[in-house]
Amino acid sequence: MIRVALTSIGFAAPGLRDWPAARAVLAGTVPYVRTPLEARIPEALPAAERRRAGAVTRLAVAVAQEAAAHTDGATLATVFASADGDGETVHQICTSLASSAPEISPTRFHNSVQNAASGYWSIAMQSHAPTTTLNGLDGMLAAALLEAAVQVATEAREVMVVAYDLPVPAPLHALHPVDDGAGVALVLAPEGAPRRLATLEITLGTGAETRMDAPALEMLRRANPALRALPLLRAVASGEGAAVALPRDDGGALLVTVDADGDAR
Amino acid sequence: MNPAFVTAYTATTAVGAGRDAMRDALLARRSGLRVNDFADAPVPGFVGRVAGVEDAALPAALAGFDCRNHRLAWLGLHQDGFADAVVAARARLGAARIAVIVGTSTSGILTTELGYRNRDPATGALPPFVRYAGTHNFAALARFLRAALALEGPTAAISTACSSSAKVFAAAQRWLAAGVCDAALVAGVDSLCGTTLHGFNALQLVSRAPCRPFDVARDGLSLGEGAGFALLERAPAGVRRLALAGYGESADAHHMSAPHPDGLGARLAMSAALERAGLPPAAIGYVCAHGTATRNNDAVEARAIARVVGDRTSIASVKGALGHTLGAAGIASAVAALLSIEHGFVPGTANTTAVDPECGAAVQLEPVARRIDAVLVNALGFGGNNASLVFANLR
Repeated sequence: MIRVALTSIGFAAPGLRDWPAARAVLAGTVPYVRTPLEARIPEALPAAERRRAGAVTRLAVAVAQEAAAHTDGATLATVFASADGDGETVHQICTSLASSAPEISPTRFHNSVQNAASGYWSIAMQSHAPTTTLNGLDGMLAAALLEAAVQVATEAREVMVVAYDLPVPAPLHALHPVDDGAGVALVLAPEGAPRRLATLEITLGTGAETRMDAPALEMLRRANPALRALPLLRAVASGEGAAVALPRDDGGALLVTVDADGDAR
Repeated sequence: MNPAFVTAYTATTAVGAGRDAMRDALLARRSGLRVNDFADAPVPGFVGRVAGVEDAALPAALAGFDCRNHRLAWLGLHQDGFADAVVAARARLGAARIAVIVGTSTSGILTTELGYRNRDPATGALPPFVRYAGTHNFAALARFLRAALALEGPTAAISTACSSSAKVFAAAQRWLAAGVCDAALVAGVDSLCGTTLHGFNALQLVSRAPCRPFDVARDGLSLGEGAGFALLERAPAGVRRLALAGYGESADAHHMSAPHPDGLGARLAMSAALERAGLPPAAIGYVCAHGTATRNNDAVEARAIARVVGDRTSIASVKGALGHTLGAAGIASAVAALLSIEHGFVPGTANTTAVDPECGAAVQLEPVARRIDAVLVNALGFGGNNASLVFANLR
């Protein structure tokens, strides 16, 4: 069992442009109205990098900069995670490789690595802090949360989870139909950190994943692997806390007891 | 930090399957590179292709994972009694207490590439041999190993380009320290594919000759493929006291595909690894460098090593023997380091004949027999992602 503080959140999903918008809906004070995912400008990226980066990196950096706004991005360790990486770039490369004259541009090639968002983020923050990138299909959010919590516990430092996915083009889309783009960033700190939103108690377990009560939010939760975080975020937003189960790729669950004991809400 | 003991390990690369093949090649300064004969990506240059991957058929129960990457993994898993060691650990600790932490940079993308050449003419759909969770996804290797070895512990699939399978060791040490698992199977598997062969070609980083790390005339890398595995535990098993003693991770924050000109990220990773190991630079027997044989990497890395470890500590690169195995590069170097500690030698740097003065005088061209107590391993990747590991014989 690992206990960590949750100190900040970044968010983007269709109809929920940032964490304040998501918090209001998840707390039940504002109804959820579905609108297309708003493209947010990742101001943290220098203009040249913003042009080179893929759409999925721009999304990841946008939610990361929201969550990291009140901390030192240059020393913050990060755990990036997605199920599909930059599917648009993978599609372009595979299409080119299937042609009679395969050609991959250098920018496209370096954008194809799963850790592209992590690399661009480090450049944006001028951060030399450790950064990793995980996968884990629909369990990638739980995988990232576990790895980040372990880093907080063993290295006694702040670690940010950045989980994100965008719909990928056909024919890849049929392999893993994600229709909504979304990103979630969570800054974790050692237990007892001041200005926290909540304390998370994390254990490995089994059991069914926690669902959302409202059908529209449950649809949203299932629409993107990053949005498996919604039950956890609801427990924070409501101020009531809860025990939630997040799906892991290995078939088990990540059990997270959210104690909304923070004063920073 | 608490050491993570290596209770079993193996690697399969272009120089052959298993530990003895790698040890023999490193001691003989033999290169496994050959003219690129990989039909699916006929770009000029040399490759470190593993013989027999195509014939390493998976059992029927694992057919849903069939792709070059998992055939390579299957081949590698069965060398040196490694799979048996995992099965024994499973009996001892319980399947749920053994974590699976893998690193790969391209997973089974070759199968997706082949699928794009065989799309349904009417619908454009991919053929059924492209499977999302079984071959395409970056976490497919973790699922494959879990299924192949009947493990039930938590998994992590790390993909940070060429540092991926060095970072698996760092994650495993932390998971052991935090009590997430009682043993961790760490793996790095990457196989030849069009994406990387054409991609590095486009970056003009591929040599037309077998790559020559740290050579004054080096002109690029040679890609390879490989599968490496290690089992890490909190306590040693038997007489072997090999351990991961330290790790360091950092980011360059400079460029997506070029190293920081002063090797800042690499220096931070090496320093952190030495600090966690509690070892002074003088305790390092040699540095198993990333040493890709590109103009830029080797000069920057050699300078960074000199600044952190000193300019008299031997430097060797296994890339001339194995090629650059990308997501498997970290664990391939780790296995070389473990072999050199266990058998007492410093590997030679295959193919290199005249060391670039810019890379210092400590590059080890010829292998030498010598007692080695600790090795520093570097793995430096795209996105400026760096990882360094210290392996040591903890008496």
